[in-house]
Amino acid sequence: MSSLLIDYTLHLADTTLILSQRNSEWCGHGPILEQDIAITNISLDLLGQSRNFYQYAASLIGGEATEDSLAYLRKEREFKNLLLVEQANGDWGQTILRQYLYSQFQYLLFEKLQQCDDEQLAAIAAKSIKETAYHVRWSSEWVVRLGDGTEESRNRMLKAIDELWRYTGEMFMPASYETIVDVSELKNSWEVKVNAVLSEASLIPPSGGGGAVFMQSGGKEGKHTEYLGYILTELQYIQRAYPGAQW
Amino acid sequence: MSELSTENNQQPLKLSGSETPPSEGLGEAIWAILETVTDPEVPVLTITDLGIVRDVKLNGEEIEIIITPTYTGCPAMDMIAMNIKLALLEKGYRQIKVTSVLSPVWTTDWMSEEGKKKLKEYGIAPPNPRQQVCNNDLFAPAEAVQCPLCNSHHTHRISEFGSTACKSLYQCDDCKEPFDYFKCH
Repeated sequence: MSSLLIDYTLHLADTTLILSQRNSEWCGHGPILEQDIAITNISLDLLGQSRNFYQYAASLIGGEATEDSLAYLRKEREFKNLLLVEQANGDWGQTILRQYLYSQFQYLLFEKLQQCDDEQLAAIAAKSIKETAYHVRWSSEWVVRLGDGTEESRNRMLKAIDELWRYTGEMFMPASYETIVDVSELKNSWEVKVNAVLSEASLIPPSGGGGAVFMQSGGKEGKHTEYLGYILTELQYIQRAYPGAQW
Repeated sequence: MSELSTENNQQPLKLSGSETPPSEGLGEAIWAILETVTDPEVPVLTITDLGIVRDVKLNGEEIEIIITPTYTGCPAMDMIAMNIKLALLEKGYRQIKVTSVLSPVWTTDWMSEEGKKKLKEYGIAPPNPRQQVCNNDLFAPAEAVQCPLCNSHHTHRISEFGSTACKSLYQCDDCKEPFDYFKCH
């Protein structure tokens, strides 16, 4: 039971950490100052959430484990994050779409998680969902602006959907350790919400045409796309090169 | 319990020249010291104005301060925990433990009226009572926020996200000044 809880907590921690790291790559590169600040604010929120999950995981593991050792000293195959969040930033449209698809899922997940029997996970979810509400609103507004904007922005959003859609199915495929919230039950609500936003943006999800898209999976079990190794190389560099280095 | 211990500083420290802490009315004395600890990001606000301090517990010789974070990623929280310890150490208290709890969840509704007044004088619009945070409707109208400089209600939101996690960016349509709004949470 305890090892399931540890794995699940690490899955939540890794997903928020990796998306935070991806978004932070925009720091100083956003299309305009306010949006640069927005995406890095979201990055900071996600980092805060991941710290809470890592601290909790470390307390469950005990011994020498700390939030830092879990973030900086685990290998690629030990990371349990969703494949979606490790995908490349691409252009602004792809980053926005990735954020929206995940935030919409995270909101539904945390709604359930804040009611679960595990007091600490419930507390972290209740705390975080207020931030997630802002993320959902901000990212969905951008999906609409870009999808329903110019021909160029619309084409880029279509490309982003094509690129990212195959990683959305994994969110709803429960891993062996995902026993606290049944993610498969979130799928319908997620689709309803996402379809509404895409429709407002004059965009269509690929499955809307009838043919199902093949969904990639494996991230939750440590099998990642090629991107994660590069992300960790940068994220963990200092601790790997100079073990125990501190500010 | 839903709590995460931060650093646990239980080593007795020798402090030269520090007065002996009063044993009578200890809780009140501690609260009085906490009222002097300010938020490093918004230095006009004390941590009691913000409603961050949830409880003070006296466990024998040890003083435990229970705090709750404002935003999960707020970098000021680590500094606040450290400043609490320093403030108490300065007054001669030695066994101090700062514990961070997440539940119940902090809300801007816990900010004191005094705190809101100080924020406004500082040029930051204080948070409205919480209501629209969970309004996820697309392009929902921005909250009506009063300009802290000229008191006009003709303002508009420039960005939901501002210079720190707790603020969004507004501009006044009358006096034209941009200003920070401590967003409701």
